[in-house]
Amino acid sequence: MLDFVFSLFRPPYNWWVAYAAIVGVIFMALQISAAVMVYFERKVSAWMQQRYGPTLVGPSGTLQPIADVVKLIFKEELRPKAADSLLFTLAPVISVATCLIAFAPVPFGGSTTFFGWLEEPVALQIADLDVGVLVVFAVASVGVYGIVLAGWASNSKYALLGGLRSSAQMISYELAYGMALATVVLLAGSMSFREIVDAQAGYFAYLVLPSINIPDVIPRWNVFAMFPFGLIAFLLFFTAGVAETNRAPFDFPEAEQELVAGYHTEYSSMRFAMFFMAEYINMVTVSAVAVNLFLGGWHFPFVPEGYGWIMFLVKLAALLFFYLWLRWTLPRVRYDQLMTLGWKILLPVATINLLAVAAGVIAFGL
Amino acid sequence: MAFDLIAFYVFAAITVLGALAVVGQRNPVYSVVAIVGSFCGLSGLYVLLEAPFVAVVQIIIYAGAILVLFLFTVMLLNATREDGAEWDRSHPYYRPGPTRIGGVLAVVLLGQLLWAMTHIADTGGIGEQQPAASSVRLLGRVLFTDYMFAFEVTSILIIAAMVGAVVLAGRKGN
Repeated sequence: MLDFVFSLFRPPYNWWVAYAAIVGVIFMALQISAAVMVYFERKVSAWMQQRYGPTLVGPSGTLQPIADVVKLIFKEELRPKAADSLLFTLAPVISVATCLIAFAPVPFGGSTTFFGWLEEPVALQIADLDVGVLVVFAVASVGVYGIVLAGWASNSKYALLGGLRSSAQMISYELAYGMALATVVLLAGSMSFREIVDAQAGYFAYLVLPSINIPDVIPRWNVFAMFPFGLIAFLLFFTAGVAETNRAPFDFPEAEQELVAGYHTEYSSMRFAMFFMAEYINMVTVSAVAVNLFLGGWHFPFVPEGYGWIMFLVKLAALLFFYLWLRWTLPRVRYDQLMTLGWKILLPVATINLLAVAAGVIAFGL
Repeated sequence: MAFDLIAFYVFAAITVLGALAVVGQRNPVYSVVAIVGSFCGLSGLYVLLEAPFVAVVQIIIYAGAILVLFLFTVMLLNATREDGAEWDRSHPYYRPGPTRIGGVLAVVLLGQLLWAMTHIADTGGIGEQQPAASSVRLLGRVLFTDYMFAFEVTSILIIAAMVGAVVLAGRKGN
């Protein structure tokens, strides 16, 4: 029995152990990232408002997320009498499950043999799918149901309005989001995350036009591709991503002044915690997708690919900080402004951008 | 492969049970949720047929976009649970017309299914005529060359329906 267990850790069977470890690490890291993000959300907001933020639990308040989680676990689970019990329970599960599944095709590093432990290098990714980009998009679009059903099942006017607003907002911004994704697919000629990231290795041979040669300066990231169209696509993607994750300045589903707490008004304890976790994990996923699609994934100038995952985390942290920065800097836009921005500005700009990039791909064969 | 077979039965069960739940219970919101589950099972079946692109598009378009609008409508209209008692009071022969039309449609569908199943051999078996159909590139090329006319006609049909809906919704008064 013990021999069998040890044999799993030696070639050729340790591939399974490595794979299980990657799945487990992603699963745990996503959940822990939610706790870390809550801490930094409070700290960053405190710095921006010249406060201290959490300081009491642990050094500099670093154990505050653990205290929060323990508090949430031991709180009483409340359910309104008029609520629909099945869907009320199902809604937070849908939210968390979809945001965890959405990370499956997202890679976070190159291939590794874990310092020669494995015979064949294994990819730092759960599943390398041919249509990985679309899978993230599809799973995110199913995530809407968690919020909508929570709003309906609570049988409360604030929750219902929050759920309806959220679905309207997510449907509106999915279009611009998809157009920005299509731009990257055009540039890379593939829908697999791994191929898209590998197409971003190295440097551009030219800066603006093929005639001006400034080699080895600009990394071949999609955000710099066909300047300024790559940059526009990145900004569109990130703006739509902020709206998709219901974060400020687009946090209508939970606009406190109008809707109390929106779709999760009636939720408490762990069910509330699940919505909370889903929101933060969605931020991590959108940022990770943005890093892979536009910022070169684990490629970075002068950094060997073996340490690429560190650069990936650095880029991810930068984007997540940007999320917090947005929330504590910009006031919430009005609902009609939100719809105008989505349908009359982002969608036309995204369509024209897509056509421009398509023309560029045909003309220069990039 | 045994795993493929097990996966097929699991996804097929999800699809069929979801579809039964759509028509078999009386709460409209539950029906929408059940049809989402049914579509997810269908998408799993597409994956087993080595058509991942179709599987993902099934989720994006049907589960992600169209059914959200269904749910939206059901919630906004506040469609309540159907009253089962009123339904049961009527004698089977005097039930409303939709039941009988539905029965005819079910018989037609069953006939079509039986016909298709008995004629599978004529088409050279399942999934063997175009092994590369899963490729997105190939799908796009076929769609914009061989099936260009059908593709454009479908687009125009959808746009016509959309314009019609906008005109109907925008009509003042009435």
